[in-house]
Amino acid sequence: MWRWDFFWSILPAILNGFVVTVHATLLSFAVALVIGLVFALARRSPRAALSRPARAVTDFVRGTPLLVQLYFLYYVLPLAGLKFPALTIGIFGLGLHYATYIAEIYRAGIDAVPRGQWEAAAALDLRPWYLWTRVILPQAIPPIIPALGNRLIALFKETPLLAAITVAEMLLVAREIGDEHFSYLEPYTAVGLFFLIASLVSSAGVTWLERKYGSVEAAI
Amino acid sequence: MEASKPPSDPAIRMTGIKKSFKGTEVLRGVDLVVPAGRKVTFIGPSGSGKSTLLRILMTLERPDGGAVEIGGEPVWTVRGGGGERPASAEHLHRIRRKVGMVFQHFHLFPHMTALGNVSAAPRMALGLSRADAEDRGRRLLDRVGLADKAGAYPAKLSGGQKQRVAIARALAMDPEIMLFDEVTSALDPELVGEAVNVLLELADEGRMTMLVVTHQMNFAQAIADEVHFLDDGRIIESGSPDRIFREPSEERTKKFLDSVLAYR
Ligand SMILES: Nc1ncnc2c1ncn2[C@@H]1O[C@H](COP(=O)(O)OP(=O)(O)OP(=O)(O)O)[C@@H](O)[C@H]1O
Ligand SMILES: [Mg+2]
Repeated sequence: MWRWDFFWSILPAILNGFVVTVHATLLSFAVALVIGLVFALARRSPRAALSRPARAVTDFVRGTPLLVQLYFLYYVLPLAGLKFPALTIGIFGLGLHYATYIAEIYRAGIDAVPRGQWEAAAALDLRPWYLWTRVILPQAIPPIIPALGNRLIALFKETPLLAAITVAEMLLVAREIGDEHFSYLEPYTAVGLFFLIASLVSSAGVTWLERKYGSVEAAI
Repeated sequence: MEASKPPSDPAIRMTGIKKSFKGTEVLRGVDLVVPAGRKVTFIGPSGSGKSTLLRILMTLERPDGGAVEIGGEPVWTVRGGGGERPASAEHLHRIRRKVGMVFQHFHLFPHMTALGNVSAAPRMALGLSRADAEDRGRRLLDRVGLADKAGAYPAKLSGGQKQRVAIARALAMDPEIMLFDEVTSALDPELVGEAVNVLLELADEGRMTMLVVTHQMNFAQAIADEVHFLDDGRIIESGSPDRIFREPSEERTKKFLDSVLAYR
């Protein structure tokens, strides 16, 4: 039976979980953007010492379930003497996982920069740092922004997996409330509502980005 | 850069240059000597290897065989210790700085203004301060008649204006050798005049070695000290524009000239 007073009373706690969820999402995404770029650049390096490990790591990360990776990081790193808070591990795990997808998006964006741009930069004797930061990436990134936005939404929707490693994000908070009051309907409904609202808002954001930068879903 | 070099070294010396793409031989042994300061044009049918030749000089392509020297220095190897070693990346950078190229489709950086395009290399390759680089950029834009377009993005420029920005951008590196690959062919006919004038002015200044690929025989005639006719990956005939255009000695040159002149 639905109880409104119960629903309202738990909202603040769920909202706290929501804040953790958003925090984890944004930080994971930042990690994914950075590591993804490193993977993308390393994979196209002419040096096998860079491209091979990058390929191996991305293939491995994509070939295993995210949940397994989170468990692995959470339970195995401490055995190696590396102790981090669960949230840190979760952010890193999610970020690493999404980095492999985001590397592909970067790749599509980089490949879409016309060859003439590389040649013009070479003819002007630009070194790699300037070639990448001033010529290639400024042209490669704007068209992929909508695709990155979609990945951000996907990442957001996977944050409940962090509950598995005890991160007090929204889902875990809801489950604990449910356990305590023997009533799961209201807490899980609240979780669903928060996700729904956030998804609607972020989808609208991606639509706006697509209008601004043009859609390149086709390029991925 | 080596002070010990006698001044008589040609700007460019190519010997036996060969290049294949996917098993097709595009250059089949090209020998070419261009003295410093000379204006040279290349003519020849589509696919004869003219662009490939320029791209090799810009080090965008590496020849499969033969040797390239720029200013007396081998491009792909370094002399020393009695033998030749493969050139280092630094060596290639140094060579590259002596050579500038203007591409057929310009390849301006679309996310930079005209001034940004022209001052990019002075800032990023030569290490000038922003103010100095922009100063140099403005002077060059002024020189090609585009001082008022400094703040415009390439998308807002006409073909002829883009082309002049591209010329200014290459000049910003102060190269000893400039390569022009069909710089007028992407332009509307009424714009060709102004582009040609910029090149002719450059040529008149005399100092720079200029290699120009063109399909426009009157332009070739106006700018060149020397014309090379390429066909099928070889230089078939070389000579002064007057001689090549009036009395070509090779049958293939005659045929080509007849076809392009009849076409116009
Ligand atoms: N990167 C490349 N990969 C494969 N083939 C190439 C490449 N570059 C040039 N070619 C081929 O080499 C041949 C010579 O090309 P090149 O561009 O040098 O000719 P061109 O004389 O400049 O012709 P045009 O007058 O049409 O510009 C052509 O058949 C071309 O298709
Ligand atoms: Mg060509």
